[in-house]
Amino acid sequence: MPVTDITHDLDARTITITARFAAPVERIWQIYADPRQLEQVWGPEGYPATVVDHDLRPGGLVTYYMTGPEGERFPGYWKVLEVDEPRSFSYEDGFAHEDFTPNTELPVSTCVSTFTADGDGTRAVYVTTFADREGLQTVLDMGVEEGTRSAMNQIDALIA
Amino acid sequence: MQEGEEDQADAWFRALSDRTRRDILRRALAEEQSVSALARNYPISLTAVQKHVAALERAGLLRRRRSGRETLARADVDGLRAAARLLEELERRGREHIDRIDELLDSEGE
Repeated sequence: MPVTDITHDLDARTITITARFAAPVERIWQIYADPRQLEQVWGPEGYPATVVDHDLRPGGLVTYYMTGPEGERFPGYWKVLEVDEPRSFSYEDGFAHEDFTPNTELPVSTCVSTFTADGDGTRAVYVTTFADREGLQTVLDMGVEEGTRSAMNQIDALIA
Repeated sequence: MQEGEEDQADAWFRALSDRTRRDILRRALAEEQSVSALARNYPISLTAVQKHVAALERAGLLRRRRSGRETLARADVDGLRAAARLLEELERRGREHIDRIDELLDSEGE
């Protein structure tokens, strides 16, 4: 399994996933730079992705839809923020309307993907920061531990 | 994610985006509360508190029941667990993405 670490930072509202791939940094970058490769690695199981627009430059948009088992489409978008080829890029990830215009009613997360050489492979770090909505913070806090007692303590700490 | 789940998630985020609603939820998680008792905690009208409670109920995070002349509210633990599952789903998507990259690289090595 290439995933080497997952951490949650509730104060910063981030999930950080670290992975190691058995290929050089440039090869990993190509996957994101090529829409046909990107769609092979995006979208949950049973929901294959189709990348529509692909402009991996600062200010550019990457739009896609995932196709569900019943043929229904779930459009999403990346709004590209920063690009430092082939080391890192960042984007806002959100839901889109049918015409791929960003749906700002739904929560957006910001993702920073960083690739560094690790021997003959690549160490990849994906940091997802959830939308700056207090509600999402609350959901995060509730999600850390099982049980209502701990959830209550979390919310107490949040509100104190 | 199914469309219904997405709508549900949207409802959670909206319901939880308000400080008073989060405080109501916290109190109703500790123990069942009458809505009128809840209202005494906030410098807003009983009607406004009733609206907040209704919003939490629509989001599936809280349940109401009548008891005599009072309306009692308590947090819906299943609803909260569902919210926690949404988080797990986000993490799972990250893992899947990484596994797919690994598979793609593997298929080239063969």
